[in-house]
Amino acid sequence: MTLLPRIAFPLPNRRDLVALPLVLALLFVLAHATRQMAVPFTLGEPLAISTQPGQLPAYALYTVLRMAAALGLSFVFTLAYATLAAKNRYAEQILVPLLDILQSIPILGYLSITVTGFLALFPHSLLGLQLAVIFAVFTSQVWNMTFALYQGLKTLPQELGEAATLYRLSAWQRFWKLELPFAMPGLLWNTMMSLSGGWFFVVAAEAVTVHGQQVAVPGIGSYIALAIENRDLPAIYWAIAVMLGVIFLYDWIIFRPFVAWADKFRMDNTSGVEAPQSWVRNFLQRTRLIRYLLRLPALLWELSIRLMPMAPAARKPPHPARQRWLDRLFALLLALVALWALQRLYTLVPREFGWGEVAHVFYLGLITGFKVFVLVALSALIWVPLGVLIGLHPAWARRAQPLAQFLAAFPANLLFPLVVVLIVRLHLNVDVWTSPLMILGSQWYLLFSVIGGATALPNDLREAARNLNLKGWLKWRRLYLPGVFPAFVTGAITASGGAWNASIVAEVVQWGPYHLTATGLGAYISQATAVGNMHAVALGVGVMALYVTAVNRFFWRRLYALAEDRIRLN
Amino acid sequence: MATEIFTLQNVGKDFSTADGEALNILGDVNLILAEGEILTLLGRSGSGKSTLLRIMAGLTQASAGSVLYRGEPILGPVPNLAMVFQSFALFPWLTVLENVELGLEARKVPKAERQKRALAAIDLIGLDGYESAYPRELSGGMRQRVGFARALVIDPDVLLMDEPFSALDVLTAETLRNDLLDLWMEGATSLKGILLVSHNIEEAILMADRIVIFASNPGRVSAEIPVRLPRPRDRQSPEFRELVEEIYAIMTARPLPRADTRREAIGLGYRLPAVSVNRLVGLMEALAEKESPDTPRISLAELAEDMHFSVDDLFPLLEALELLGFAQVAEGEVELNASGRNFVAGDLQERKTQFARHFLERVALAAHIRRVLDERPSHRAPANRFLNELEDHLSEDEAQRVLETAIAWGRYGEVLAYDDNAEVLSLENPGSDNP
Repeated sequence: MTLLPRIAFPLPNRRDLVALPLVLALLFVLAHATRQMAVPFTLGEPLAISTQPGQLPAYALYTVLRMAAALGLSFVFTLAYATLAAKNRYAEQILVPLLDILQSIPILGYLSITVTGFLALFPHSLLGLQLAVIFAVFTSQVWNMTFALYQGLKTLPQELGEAATLYRLSAWQRFWKLELPFAMPGLLWNTMMSLSGGWFFVVAAEAVTVHGQQVAVPGIGSYIALAIENRDLPAIYWAIAVMLGVIFLYDWIIFRPFVAWADKFRMDNTSGVEAPQSWVRNFLQRTRLIRYLLRLPALLWELSIRLMPMAPAARKPPHPARQRWLDRLFALLLALVALWALQRLYTLVPREFGWGEVAHVFYLGLITGFKVFVLVALSALIWVPLGVLIGLHPAWARRAQPLAQFLAAFPANLLFPLVVVLIVRLHLNVDVWTSPLMILGSQWYLLFSVIGGATALPNDLREAARNLNLKGWLKWRRLYLPGVFPAFVTGAITASGGAWNASIVAEVVQWGPYHLTATGLGAYISQATAVGNMHAVALGVGVMALYVTAVNRFFWRRLYALAEDRIRLN
Repeated sequence: MATEIFTLQNVGKDFSTADGEALNILGDVNLILAEGEILTLLGRSGSGKSTLLRIMAGLTQASAGSVLYRGEPILGPVPNLAMVFQSFALFPWLTVLENVELGLEARKVPKAERQKRALAAIDLIGLDGYESAYPRELSGGMRQRVGFARALVIDPDVLLMDEPFSALDVLTAETLRNDLLDLWMEGATSLKGILLVSHNIEEAILMADRIVIFASNPGRVSAEIPVRLPRPRDRQSPEFRELVEEIYAIMTARPLPRADTRREAIGLGYRLPAVSVNRLVGLMEALAEKESPDTPRISLAELAEDMHFSVDDLFPLLEALELLGFAQVAEGEVELNASGRNFVAGDLQERKTQFARHFLERVALAAHIRRVLDERPSHRAPANRFLNELEDHLSEDEAQRVLETAIAWGRYGEVLAYDDNAEVLSLENPGSDNP
């Protein structure tokens, strides 16, 4: 076994013959696509987007690159925000609650505000619009990722931290060798979930209405928007087909290899559990070229530890008295800022809207909230029994779980037109029949969560139930339902959050000249956006954030705590 | 006189509770670690010996007194010091080699030399062939070997060990201890001194040149015993057994609540030992079986060996028996008293009744809870009410543990009922003969 890396010319093997052209093609495509980013553009100018199916691969590529850019940004932001929140106690007191609120602000609601801002930053170029779309996807992913990293940093086992201190790892080494790897499984899982949700938002954000004008960047989302405008059903079928292909590739090339790789960061020191496998990862690992490229990070690491300062030999002694004074000062400052904000709100709100309007918006929120609740309940009625049945058969579960994950990543808004066509043709009640659109995309989280829960049901319990001759409803009530309850709550939280967000695009839908509008907060925000009433948008978004936070805090989180506490199986 | 590596004078450590009151964990510890010796800190868990170890390692700071390493005050992690942890504290995402290299990497040792030294340490500790394995592929004993290799690779001056063998099975622990002793005796390492924290009496005698016995509440040195037995030491030799007995006698000499501590026992803040009633009953039955009219007293060393009890298993049980007034412990021996024998003789219901009486009479917290529940018209009180009271005297965790123990004992004695969902204590099914 040679441990020193020998620098020699890497002889390509057979797998390289496949890998090498792939890598080169990827670089070429990237170069081409980035040139498209910053073509000249002024607001009001129509964009040359065509519904020719031949254009779709290129559009899909642009969409994918936006996703990638947003993901890169999210990572950078996550590292900075979560680290600051975990390491500085004053920052923590502000950043963590802020994160909680940011997480519940509907992304699609403030899209029009950010588009205006970015357009002003980069006039006469499409770059502003591109950045606005990327920013929207970024905000849909980043909070969840930040939370995962923050959680990881805060729950580091004490003895591991002590070992790092004792062997005098510098802050730099500590972060890359201990803290980030420890947080990795959670971070990666949340990233993958966020990425799945991201497809929905990238599609929705590529074509938006700002000040009554439709603006769009080339991509699958704008293609769909144009197809809706033209009532071009075949084009919509094409878009759905291409998107299926894209998600499939994403699942195989990105998702699975990463999950397989992240397995080594598991904290529990046991082997024997079936490790996740990825065919693509195994292929890449056996490729000489890739192995050669993988030495680069190792070299960079060596360089970095040579450049970074060593851990200081002595720590600063704490000053308890000074600390107490700082704490008090900080609390006072926070209270002052909060008071000031409340006062501003109190004087501003009546001037802009009047309290009647505010009450009306709250009423609309109640309606949307009711719809979300009913939808989650209905999808639970369908997916909990099905999920349990699937989960009890390991062979089915193995096949169904990736499928559910796949369906969750598929942007449901591509399917909206199909439903709208039906509503228009059959003259159905708009308020009732547009509602299912809200949960179309996020119901799958419920399904795969429940499948996971049912798979984890201990065999002992199932055998005991059989031994006691538990049957039918009694068996469901005493074993299956309590057994999957924690998993159900986890899935339902995601599904309900997704439904609130989707209400903004699902309560106002369009098919050519037909505009269908349901009653609800989502519709209110959508309409305010369309006419360019930014104050109303802000009000709507604010109220929705308030509702989501309140429902999470007072309903879901309590349910979750209950599930964790009482029905945990291990 | 050998050179002193560590010199500790009047070292104390306070932690503050939720409401800012100071809890004394360590009080007035004086300790010296000299060159060429293995020193063992022996004590029950929770006696603050691990905290003392962390102060010496520079991981936390003492609240009082002076801690000197080779004459210099300790202001941060000591460079020439290595530590081995109970949980191994290996980084699961790094291979054995990478784990061992870690400390060298932090010292900016160039890559080639780093690997050379790491491989040498791996070789020394008998891990050859496992360089590229991940910790989860190794057994517990092998993992702790990685812990030792990681410690020795930085050529440390002193090695601190925090119960390094207690997570291992008996055989593995024995092998690893012997291998470490061999390295020490051969002088194969750079080590000048070793400090071992342990709660296992035999382990302490096997390893140490000197044993320092720790008493709890607050943690302090209660005795110091030099061990002059020749190595390798034989557990079965009469001298060894004698030393075991002697240490049991010292450890039971005062720490258990009796005359002088009775007043403390009456106070609410008494740390009820967290033992289950089942084990308590089991121990009393075992004692009743072992005793005979002419030898009513049973040696703790013998008891521990027969029942495979460590100090941490046995002492809390003994403390609970004494506290409840079922047995007396003295001079390393235990004896059931009349109440204890009575208890063992009774059937389930009689046992419960007697247990309830002793519990209410002798445990202040029990009487207090009962009084509150009796006084309230609803005969119900939230657990938090008592928790808050306990937190005036104990840390949050300890308060929680004490209340849980009281609830468990109370349930057995049918003194009180507890609804875990609502976290409410009540009298819903009280015992028949309670006051």
